[in-house]
Amino acid sequence: MTARTMAQPRDPLARGRLTALVLALALLWPALHIAQFNPAALFDATSLGVMGGFLAGFFPPATDAGFLSLLARATLETLAMATAGMALAFVLAVPLALVVTRSLSISRIGPGAGRGPAAALRAGARLVLTVFRACPEVVWALLFVRAFGLGPAAGVLALAITYGGMLGKVYAEILESGDTRPARALLEAGSGRIAALGYGLLPGAAQELASYTVYRWECAVRASVVMGFVGAGGLGQLMDQSMKMLNGGETSAILVVFLLLVLLADGISAVLRKVLA
Amino acid sequence: MLELRDITLVHPNGHRALDGVSLRVARGERLAVIGPSGAGKTTLLRVAGTSLRPSQGGLTVLDESPWRLAPRQLRALRARIGMVHQAAPLPPRLRVVSAVLAGRLGRWPAWRAIASLLHPLDSAGAQAALARLDLADRLFDRCDRLSGGQLQRIGIARVLYQAPALILADEPVSALDPASADGALRELVAQCEHAGATLVASLHALDLALRWFDRIVGMRDGRVVFDLPRGEVTREMLQRLYAGERAPAPDDLDGSARAADVPAPELMCR
Repeated sequence: MTARTMAQPRDPLARGRLTALVLALALLWPALHIAQFNPAALFDATSLGVMGGFLAGFFPPATDAGFLSLLARATLETLAMATAGMALAFVLAVPLALVVTRSLSISRIGPGAGRGPAAALRAGARLVLTVFRACPEVVWALLFVRAFGLGPAAGVLALAITYGGMLGKVYAEILESGDTRPARALLEAGSGRIAALGYGLLPGAAQELASYTVYRWECAVRASVVMGFVGAGGLGQLMDQSMKMLNGGETSAILVVFLLLVLLADGISAVLRKVLA
Repeated sequence: MLELRDITLVHPNGHRALDGVSLRVARGERLAVIGPSGAGKTTLLRVAGTSLRPSQGGLTVLDESPWRLAPRQLRALRARIGMVHQAAPLPPRLRVVSAVLAGRLGRWPAWRAIASLLHPLDSAGAQAALARLDLADRLFDRCDRLSGGQLQRIGIARVLYQAPALILADEPVSALDPASADGALRELVAQCEHAGATLVASLHALDLALRWFDRIVGMRDGRVVFDLPRGEVTREMLQRLYAGERAPAPDDLDGSARAADVPAPELMCR
């Protein structure tokens, strides 16, 4: 038989994949419409002129000593807010992730006694994580600014809650996505969940967990900038002032600091991955 | 000390892995389970190790009814059962020393387990267990530096370090060369004699089963076909047990090709 006459075997997945593709396009198209996404507006002559004027004001970045000392202080405040918020988020996330991770469940072996309550506890912890991250941190920040007054404390707490929810969810998913047999074998030999986590799951997942955590810290730096706009201090508050005074040079100097902070986070992540490899 | 009474296990997909299996194993006994692939050997071991709950039937492990115990007691019972897995479930990045010390996690409090992960608290104990399998020099290597056969021996060293009252071994030497396979079984048997532990192992290598075990259980299609002292197993029984199968499973060829091939007469007629 020649290759031409040979019938290709039908891929049983082909139909499902085609359906998924058509469905995704059908959902995406109205979404773009509702979002009023119109790329042509970007290249319209008047909007190009407005944007150009705005960007031209950015040069040169402000370098006077007074502003730089303000900038340094605000940077430190932002870093402190992000780091403290992440630390609190970590403390919230780890126990919840430990509860949510199904491969660390002892009652699922068999299945044994207490499987129902354990599943309910997992669902409850998952719900807590969802509630934590359902509101954007800036909404929590607005709330806490009313409670604590203006300043970084509100930002720290807002970050702790939203990022606690995100970290907990993703930690559990990372722990689930690797090879879970080592942990299962340990649980089957009577080990507790924390020990099974340490000897069964962490060796394989540590690298990914660390790089995700550093990436989230980087996001926390950006988020604390946004929260600055609603009065939580730091670079965001400084930028808010500069932009309100239409000071492009100061604004661009702040943007340069953002870039440096992201580069820093990237460097830390690379070093951590190397250490854990 | 281990008793299965009419145990049936039906998997969620409807496959009947064990079909009315009854088995009684006395303390200190050494029992080999043989049979073609898919006969239910692994399921039998997993039921005995309390990692699978039977659909029907009665189970006694180390004089306890595992599925009637409170969670804490069940954990304590599991800590006294050691399982050698066919493919040692070891994370590639774990160090050998931790992989062996993990044998006692069932008895250690969580703080001790975590502390030992950072700095091994009993590296001498781990080294002693490894030395019995000629792996003492790999103590501080990472598991991903080791070959499949070495990993399988790490799994055995973990159980030796655990010092359980019941050792269950699922194809414990399938990845080992004949000399290492013999040595590994000798150490498992020595551990049992030393500690008064019971050993139940599934094996494809019949010569090893006949050399190291008192009692041979033949399984096929989820049932026990015969259960005899090793002297009473005949060649016909073995041929019937493996009838219609390609006699040597591929992973036996390095282990003990001669015996698994077709049972050699001089082995059978003891």
